Amino acid sequence: MSAARCCSPPQALAGIFVWHLKKTGIRQVPCQFVHLCRAPNDRLITFQYFNFLRRMYVTQYNKDLSQRVKPKSDSVVSPFRESQLDQERKVIHKITPISPVHQPLSELREIKSAAEIGDPATPLAAKSKEEGQWREMKLRLDDLPGILARLSKIKLTALVVSTASAGFAMAPVPFDLPCFLLASLGTGLASCAANSINQFFEVPFDSNMNRTKNRPLVRGQISPLLAVCFAASCGVPGIALLTMGVNPLTGALGAFNIFLYTCCYTPMKRMSIANTWVGAVVGAIPPVMGWTAATGSLDAGALLLGGILYSWQFPHFNALSWGLREDYSRGGYCMMSVTHPALCRRVALRHCVALIGLCTVAPILDITTWTFPIISLPLNLYISYLGFRFYREADRSSSRKLFFCSLWHLPLLLLVMFSCKKSLLEKEEQGDALSGSHGRAMEIRLP
Amino acid sequence: MAAGGAARALRAGGCRYGRFSSSFSGGGERAGPRFRPPAGSRRDWIGPPDRRSNLRPVIFHVPPRESPLERRLRELREETQAWNQRFWARQNTAFQREKEEFIYSRLKAKGLETRDETGQKVTLNAEEMADFYKDFLRKNFRKHLHYNRDWYKRNFTITFLMGQVALVRALRWLRRKTTNAGNQ
Repeated sequence: MSAARCCSPPQALAGIFVWHLKKTGIRQVPCQFVHLCRAPNDRLITFQYFNFLRRMYVTQYNKDLSQRVKPKSDSVVSPFRESQLDQERKVIHKITPISPVHQPLSELREIKSAAEIGDPATPLAAKSKEEGQWREMKLRLDDLPGILARLSKIKLTALVVSTASAGFAMAPVPFDLPCFLLASLGTGLASCAANSINQFFEVPFDSNMNRTKNRPLVRGQISPLLAVCFAASCGVPGIALLTMGVNPLTGALGAFNIFLYTCCYTPMKRMSIANTWVGAVVGAIPPVMGWTAATGSLDAGALLLGGILYSWQFPHFNALSWGLREDYSRGGYCMMSVTHPALCRRVALRHCVALIGLCTVAPILDITTWTFPIISLPLNLYISYLGFRFYREADRSSSRKLFFCSLWHLPLLLLVMFSCKKSLLEKEEQGDALSGSHGRAMEIRLP
Repeated sequence: MAAGGAARALRAGGCRYGRFSSSFSGGGERAGPRFRPPAGSRRDWIGPPDRRSNLRPVIFHVPPRESPLERRLRELREETQAWNQRFWARQNTAFQREKEEFIYSRLKAKGLETRDETGQKVTLNAEEMADFYKDFLRKNFRKHLHYNRDWYKRNFTITFLMGQVALVRALRWLRRKTTNAGNQ
C-alpha cells in the first residue's frame, strides 16, 4: 500500500467510531466486575446526569435491609427517595429487621407517610397489597429483550467493547473495518456470556444487596436454565467468531477471560480479597484482545494498554466498594474495603500514580507521540490527587469523588491516547531514517 | 423438609390443572392464609422479597401427571428454597442484632445516649461501623464458605434437572406432534 494511505481517514473513522462508542460507554456506568445500578438509557452526559449517578450511589449507602417489589412494567431499577440521601443524617433508620420502610418510587405518593412510620395502614391493606405483588413466572416474549439486556449487563458490555475498540484502534496497523467489527461483536458476545453466568451464580447474594436486587434471575423473570442457554448461545458463537473470524489468539484470550471472570473471580469474591486483582486482569484483557485482533500478536503495546486498564480498575473499584461495606459484610463478600481498609486506599493511590508512569512508557514503546504523557499528565495528576485525598481522609465523600472521577478519566485518557497515536507514516519515515535499526516500528500483521 | 413448610392443595375444575406447593417458611409473622395462585394457572408464582431473608418465595405448580423426574426437580427446588430462606433469614437477623449491640456498646463507651433529642435512634457513621463490618465478615467466613459450596452444588443440580425435564418435555411434544401428523 502506498505511503499516502497513511491511515488518517480510517484513523479518523475509527476515532469517531471509538469516540462514539466511548460516548455511549460514558452514558452507562462502567466496570466489568462491579455490579452497578442501571441508569436510564437515554440520558446525556450532563451535570444532571452526574447528579443522578451520585444520587443512585448515595442511596446504595442506605442501611436498608428490606426490599421493595416493583411492578413488572417498571423499567427503572433503583428505587430511591430524594429525602433519604444523606447518610450523615443520623436519624430515622429503624434498626429493626422487620419493617418494610421504603417503597418504590411509583407508589411513593400513596404510601409515603405510612412507609416512614413503618407500619402499613391496616393489616388487611398490607396483605392485599402483598398478594398483588405475586407474579406468575411466565416469560413474555416482548419482555425478553429487556430481560436479556439486563441479564447480560448490556451497558457494561458496551463499555468492555469500547475498551476493546480502543485497543484495536491503538494498534499500529492500517485500520481494517471488517476485522474491527468482528472483533467488537465477538468481544461483546463473550462479555454477555460471562455476565449472564455471573448472575446465574449469584442469585441469593444479589437478592441481599441493594444494588443488585432487581436483576432478572432474582426477580424470577427468567429461569436459570434459560440464563445458562443464553450464556452458551452468546459465548460459543462469540468465541468461535473471534477464533475463526479474527485470529486464534484473540479467541483464546476471550475464552480465557470468560473463564477468569466466571470461574475465578466470581467464586473468589466470597473467599479472598485477591478477587480484586483477578477482576482487574479481567478488565485489562479486552483492550489486549482488541490489539491482538488488529495485529495478531501479543506485543508490548498490547500489554501496556492492558496495564493502563489494569491500574485504572483499582481506584475505580476501591472507591466504589468503600460505600458498600455494609452490604458486603452482610452478604459475605471478601473485599479489601471491609477487611483491609488501609490496604484498599493504599492500593488505589498506588495505581493512580502508576497510571502516570504507564502513560510515560507509551511513547517509549512507539505507540504514541511524546505529547501523550504531557497532555495526560494533568488528568493523571488529578486522579492521583483524589486518590491521595481518599487515602488520607478515608470517608464517603472522598471515595465518591474518586469514583466519579474515574468514570470520566478513562474515556478521556483513551481518547487522548488515540489522538496522540503515532501514525504509521511517521513510523515508516523514522524507520527509513534510522535505516532498519527500528525493528519495533514495523509490526508484522498476520493474515 | 423445611420447618413450617406449607403445602397447599388447590382444587379447581376438578384438579385438572394440578395443584401448588411451596416450602417457604415466612418466619411466622404472617397471620392468615398465604397467597394462593388463581385457579387454572399452570405456572409457578413468585412473590415479593421476604422481610428477613430478602429472597423471593416461589409457589411451585404441581402438574396433574407429574413424572418422577419433574417431582424430583420440584422437591429439590422447594428444599433449596427453604434452605436458602433459613440461612439468609438467620444471617440477616444476626447481622441486625449484632449491629445494634455494637452501636449500643460504642455509644455507651462514648457516654452518649442511644436516642437523640428528637427521640430517634442515633447511628454511628461508616468509619465507626467499619470495625463491626470487618468483624462480622471474619466471624462468618467459614459459614459462608460452606454455604457457597452447597449453593453451587444445588444450583448446578437444579439447572441440570431443569435441562433434563425440558428435554423430556420437548421430546414428548415432538412425539405427540408426529403421531398427530401421522393420524391425519
